[in-house]
Amino acid sequence: MIKYILKRLWHSGILAIVMSLIVFFGLYVVGDPVEMLSDDEFTEQDKIDLAIELGLDKPLFEQYFTYAGGMLQGDFGISFVHNRPVLDLILERLPATIEISLLAMIIGLAIGIPLGIFSGIKNNSRASKIISFFTTVGYSTPNFWQAIILIMVFAVFLQWLPASGRGLTNSMFGIEWAWLSLNGLQHMALPAINLAIYKICMQQRLAKSGTQEILYQEYMTFARAKGITKSRIIRRHLLRNILIPIVTITGLEIGGLIAFSTVTETIFSWPGIGKLLLDSIHMIDRPVVVAYLILITMMFVFINFVVDVMYAFLDPRIRHQK
Amino acid sequence: MIDYKKKLATLRLQTKSIFSGHPIAIAGLIGFIIFVLIALLAPWIAPQNPYDLMVLDIMDGLLPPLSKLGNGTTSWLGTDAVGRDILSAVMYGLRLSLFVAFVATTVGFLIGVFLGLLAAVKGGWVESVIMRAVDLKVSFPGILLALMMLAIFGTGVDKIIYALIIGVWASKARLTRSSALSEMQKEYIDAARISAIPNWRIMLKFLLPNSIAPVLVMVPMSLSGCIGAEATLSFLGVGVPITEPSLGLLIANGNDYLLSGKWWISLFPGLVLVSLVLCINVVADRIREHNNPFLKSMNMQ
Repeated sequence: MIKYILKRLWHSGILAIVMSLIVFFGLYVVGDPVEMLSDDEFTEQDKIDLAIELGLDKPLFEQYFTYAGGMLQGDFGISFVHNRPVLDLILERLPATIEISLLAMIIGLAIGIPLGIFSGIKNNSRASKIISFFTTVGYSTPNFWQAIILIMVFAVFLQWLPASGRGLTNSMFGIEWAWLSLNGLQHMALPAINLAIYKICMQQRLAKSGTQEILYQEYMTFARAKGITKSRIIRRHLLRNILIPIVTITGLEIGGLIAFSTVTETIFSWPGIGKLLLDSIHMIDRPVVVAYLILITMMFVFINFVVDVMYAFLDPRIRHQK
Repeated sequence: MIDYKKKLATLRLQTKSIFSGHPIAIAGLIGFIIFVLIALLAPWIAPQNPYDLMVLDIMDGLLPPLSKLGNGTTSWLGTDAVGRDILSAVMYGLRLSLFVAFVATTVGFLIGVFLGLLAAVKGGWVESVIMRAVDLKVSFPGILLALMMLAIFGTGVDKIIYALIIGVWASKARLTRSSALSEMQKEYIDAARISAIPNWRIMLKFLLPNSIAPVLVMVPMSLSGCIGAEATLSFLGVGVPITEPSLGLLIANGNDYLLSGKWWISLFPGLVLVSLVLCINVVADRIREHNNPFLKSMNMQ
């Protein structure tokens, strides 16, 4: 097992280095930060001085090593636009992204799984068909279009919920959270629902196909033959078994939620890291874009590593693979 | 040799067994064909050419649906801020969205299938390099990769196609490889190898036709995925340029006017986008269900 973990760790390390190289060199060709920062009064000499000050005159490889060295010490450079350390900017906005992603995940699981089990058990009922139709519509509707509809209905016509911003935040463990106040929760509602709709649909489909596969397993027939009550079969035999794939996929989906939060945050002006990324792409704020992408990459490498190790832990066949 | 007449007949039979008795899937297929026809015929059936600035009249700007335009014609779905007829804009937008998705899906599949076959036939380091690259790709959400690509290369129709191709190829390569590997276990491949038939011939003549079916099942899903992704990226302003609006960009344009009650600019492109993706997805679901032997055997019970 330890050997397997070390091997995966080695793979993850290489993956992380390759991805940071791709991001760093890829983004090197985007825009010229010197042109961005200088105004009309800059002379050619000023521009050269600025380039030297930013370290842009050095060879590309040296810049990468300087950057990677700084990164390992938690220094991701200074944002061109905000003129502040990039890491501070990202950490400041991270809680906002985490809170709506988690809320969306909870809503998605709480609604999607029961719906899926129901439509799996009553596969041929009218209700199940209607549910499945709605989830097909739900996952066919692009995220941003759902957001627009939500804003139109709940913010413009009904005026129940605010359509942008994070509202009041309260401090907890030294971090500002919106979910601690009613106003903050109201602001969270639409973006979280927007992220959750897709989750609900996916969970419903997963739970449905999982339920159908398990329903016809022999142990289910046996349980029925034993005369166990229906609710006990569902709780003890069905739920436990469909939870395995759902838990793994949910783990992997945390990354997907953070990726999709770029779209949702932008539309609802939710001040999280996704909005920061898009704003930075538009303003060619290179240090922020590079840092965001590298950090997200590291996060994915880490999630994949954990999932691989968990699989190996659960399934001995993988461990002993050559 | 492959008997193409026979293949065609099987295909016809298969299509019949996929769709017969499934009205929703049939409706989806018909809807999709109608959208494709509208996209193809847009230059001839659209009331105006929305890209031609000469025919646009700023006096016609922001008219609600069913308004009379300055030149006497009726604008069925209203106009946008520069006086562009929304119906025409949607038709042209549909054309661009479908074009981008078709090209990206086709090229993505070609690359994926080729790499998958290559990995299966060659083995060794070629296989590990390809499969490592696949692992790398599938461990990231497509939308982030596309954003990364567009941040690197800038925006434009060609750039967004590249970004979408990057999203498409990997899972197809993986599936083709596993499908081809199981085909390679069969004796006729051994026979072909002993007869010193070159690898590329084995790939094209034997492996390709016999291992492509499970990969083709993924085509509709990829297509709708690409349409949605392109719309999202264009909506975020990192997709197609403003001069050639796709459905996503049309929605983004109208988004600024939504709060002032001018709903028609965003609503109609949005409805078309959702219906198009929905049509493809119900067909895709049906095909997948048809190809899932487990579900099939269950329905017989």
